[in-house]
Amino acid sequence: MVTASRDSKDGIEALSRKDFVSDQEVRWCPGCGDYSILAQTQKLMPDLGIPREDIVFISGIGCSSRLPYYMNTYGFHSIHGRAPAIASGLKASRPELSVWVVTGDGDALSIGGNHLLHVLRRNVDLQIILHNNQIYGLTKGQYSPTSELGKRTKSSPAGTIDAPLHPLTVALGAEATFVARTIDADPHHMVAVLGRAYEHRGAAFCEVYQNCNIFNDGAFAAFTAKEVRADRMLYLEQGKPMIFGKERNKGIRLNGLRPEVVEVGVDGITEADLLVHDETREDPTIAFMLSRMSYPEFPVPVGVLRAVQRPTYDALMTAQIERAVEAEGPGDVRDLFVEGDTWTVE
Amino acid sequence: MTTLTKESQQPEHPELLELDRVTIRFAGDSGDGMQLAGTQFTKTSAVVGNDISTFPDIPAEIRAPQGSLPGVSGFQVSFASTEIYTPGDAPDVLVAMNPAALKTNLADLPRGGILVVNEDEFSETNLRKAAYASNPLEDGSLRAYRTFRVPISTLNSRALKDSGLTAVQIDRCKNMFALGLMFWLYSRPLDTTTRWIDEKFGKNPAVADANKTALKAGYAFGETTEMFATHYHVPKAPQQPGLYRNITGNEATALGFVTASKLAGRQLFYGTYPITPASDVLHELARLKRFGVKTFQAEDEIAAVGAAIGASFGGSLGLTGTSGPGLALKSEAIGLAVMVELPLVIIDVQRAGPSTGMPTKTEQGDLLQAMFGRNGESPVAVVAPATASDCFTMAIEAWRLAIKYRTPVVFLSDAYLGMGSEPWLVPDFESLPRIPVEFASDPATFKPYARDPETLARPWAIPGTPDLEHRIGGLEKSDITGNVSYDPANHDKMVHLRAAKIQRIAQDIPELEVEGDERGGLLVLGWGSTYGVITTAVQRARAEGKKVSMAHLRYLNPFPRNLGDVLRRYDRVLIPEINLGQLRLLIRGTFLVDAVGFNKVAGRPFTIRDIEARIAELA
Ligand SMILES: Cc1ncc(C[n+]2csc(CCOP(=O)(O)OP(=O)(O)O)c2C)c(N)n1
Ligand code: SF4
Ligand SMILES: [Mg+2]
Repeated sequence: MVTASRDSKDGIEALSRKDFVSDQEVRWCPGCGDYSILAQTQKLMPDLGIPREDIVFISGIGCSSRLPYYMNTYGFHSIHGRAPAIASGLKASRPELSVWVVTGDGDALSIGGNHLLHVLRRNVDLQIILHNNQIYGLTKGQYSPTSELGKRTKSSPAGTIDAPLHPLTVALGAEATFVARTIDADPHHMVAVLGRAYEHRGAAFCEVYQNCNIFNDGAFAAFTAKEVRADRMLYLEQGKPMIFGKERNKGIRLNGLRPEVVEVGVDGITEADLLVHDETREDPTIAFMLSRMSYPEFPVPVGVLRAVQRPTYDALMTAQIERAVEAEGPGDVRDLFVEGDTWTVE
Repeated sequence: MTTLTKESQQPEHPELLELDRVTIRFAGDSGDGMQLAGTQFTKTSAVVGNDISTFPDIPAEIRAPQGSLPGVSGFQVSFASTEIYTPGDAPDVLVAMNPAALKTNLADLPRGGILVVNEDEFSETNLRKAAYASNPLEDGSLRAYRTFRVPISTLNSRALKDSGLTAVQIDRCKNMFALGLMFWLYSRPLDTTTRWIDEKFGKNPAVADANKTALKAGYAFGETTEMFATHYHVPKAPQQPGLYRNITGNEATALGFVTASKLAGRQLFYGTYPITPASDVLHELARLKRFGVKTFQAEDEIAAVGAAIGASFGGSLGLTGTSGPGLALKSEAIGLAVMVELPLVIIDVQRAGPSTGMPTKTEQGDLLQAMFGRNGESPVAVVAPATASDCFTMAIEAWRLAIKYRTPVVFLSDAYLGMGSEPWLVPDFESLPRIPVEFASDPATFKPYARDPETLARPWAIPGTPDLEHRIGGLEKSDITGNVSYDPANHDKMVHLRAAKIQRIAQDIPELEVEGDERGGLLVLGWGSTYGVITTAVQRARAEGKKVSMAHLRYLNPFPRNLGDVLRRYDRVLIPEINLGQLRLLIRGTFLVDAVGFNKVAGRPFTIRDIEARIAELA
């Protein structure tokens, strides 16, 4: 649950989920995972405790990127891959706004890959929600940079031959201060993760596994399906040992530099042997390891992998201006006019 | 040829001759400090009251091998007792600090011109580096010039032998020696430069003293040696009274944009990616933090323009700047700004293309890219400053139009304007008109794509305004509501509205003025940085009695509303451009006027003689 801990203003009329539903008809395919992401986002907004007019959703292009049209906030559906750039300019110039970036796996990691790297390393105070359906939805089913190797699609009838990216690994490599994952099929978890992203100061990167039931149906079902979830996903909890399984008897242990799945109670293994999750570790090694754990070898980790503090780009920019004004006084352009050598013609 | 050793036949006191105008080119290795010598000469000339115009010629390679041909750096300054518009076609004086500098610049020196060479550098190695088969100082090939062989390096180190500096440090002062010599030759005082040296090297008194000593030694050398029979005086130019400073186009551009933000009362946000010759605008703006200016060095040009659009969405003045290759990358985002109808200014300091082209060389090759380089019907406003100081005026004008019409405006400067300098009459800030900015605030009447009946601008409703929450984007928008629309009639209407909005600007900009005759004869029509050469060439042709007039476009889209009438009043129209006829294409297409061109694309500004010759063919 989100505690409206940051920037919340007193005396705002309580808003409800409905206040965040725009008058636009939602145009996703029935059954698309994007509906769930939209619903959880709308559900979260009233809990943030900030005025609706201070919230902005900025997206690129793709099915996922249509989300801003459905949010009754300020919104900007921009061009393919460039939402992080537009959001950076808005946030850097208006740090008081709450700016959310909505993107897809193609939008963020293919055409917009460069911008994603840089928005993360700069730590611009944004929430970046990546709807990962491992496919190009809007353009009707070509493979994406997160599609698994060998995947057969319209554009890869013989199977893809390019290795996929792991979005969370990319984010960690780009020095992201907040890295999390959730799934469309678990609304409670999603709303909690999005809330954590909001609370984080800095670029908060959230990957959401999103089912595209038209072009890549069931891409994540092997571990997200209700019946198997407990055994095949690892819900990360801060300060808690990494335990999973219906019986809560399986866990992750570090064997040298590699993680391994162990069973508590077998071969003398106890909870104390398991890795304890600490998202605040400055060293990203464990987070990196988690970002690469995938089914079936491992349970798929969801939750917050990393949340560390680093000054934000927008705050540093503001501070530089404040310092300059403090040191030299506010600028007067008339002084600039006469910089350098001047002379008077009588 | 004059040499130091030769017994001189010259009178004891050199005579003092008065000249109207002199052009000096300092040329040397990029490590020789020629830009510095040139700018110092310029400042002093301005301070003594000459009209001035400069143009630096900077090597593309930052660290070309010492003494090599690509490593030559030059700085040309013209100073006069009359009003001048260009840094001069050809130098009257060439200062060549080494063989490579001589080799690359000599062709520009007219026969009979003054050539000062640092003879110490004409070693066999240096001659080889400059691809000289024989020593030009010895083989008679300089006979056509008034050549002065000065052992600058030797004289400089002799003057500084007690300075306590290292040999390398001492050698670095030789540009000051050369500068001192030129100050003597043209009767200029040393105090502006000595003051500058004190400021620059204040923390290092030994270096400051050495530079001043070298400067004085150069001056004294001119005075005492019998090498020069004459020295010169260029009297003050009649100038409009007021306070002046020297300014480059890029400085004026940056200053204009900061001033615009103050006139509009809005924060300036500059998103950019470094590129020659536009980077100086970033360097200027990055140091203006206390003016509230925010600069964002983005990961590429796409991000740079994207961030500027984001800032404009938030109510700031979103500015982006680049050169031709970067403008190409920004195309899609500029189209987005056309669609979302937000203010945006794009600076293009044009350079020689295509592709990477010649980064430090000037060209007017991006006009059609600015006009049409986007998908779909995507009209933007285009302005082009005519001189370095006009960059200030047009920067403010670009923002006035961008804000009032909620449109991208391309500001077409070029390498010649950006790097060249001229005196600037410092304006009175209070007298500059304020730029009104109006944000939407009334939820009762707000419609995202309703339009102002006069300007056709849509409302600027910025995040943070209660109850105006709305969504914009690159998908076609329905008239009035701004909802996504695929309706054919709506698209047709919106395409026409966006075009009409830009055309409305014609009612809001000055009419084109003609210099010369009201009608008849030849009209020379130019745009952008060719103003100086065209003006001078036309003045000279008129002085010869030719029926020639000129008009210069600073607004390229839309054109001034009277342009068609003006064009039809003349028998012939000549359009000189440093491209293959881009404005001419627009003029012929728009007005069905059979204009002819002058198109020389050499990476250099036109010379006055170029234009004069073309005029002579037509008038
Ligand atoms: C410059 C540009 N290139 C290509 C496209 C076509 N295009 C639109 S969305 C898209 C891929 C979208 O995939 P993803 O980001 O995964 O979003 P999804 O539709 O799956 O949510 C492509 C290639 C475009 N709109 N713009
Ligand atoms: S194509 Fe796929 S991602 Fe796009 S709306 Fe349909 S189901 Fe969703
Ligand atoms: Mg996708």
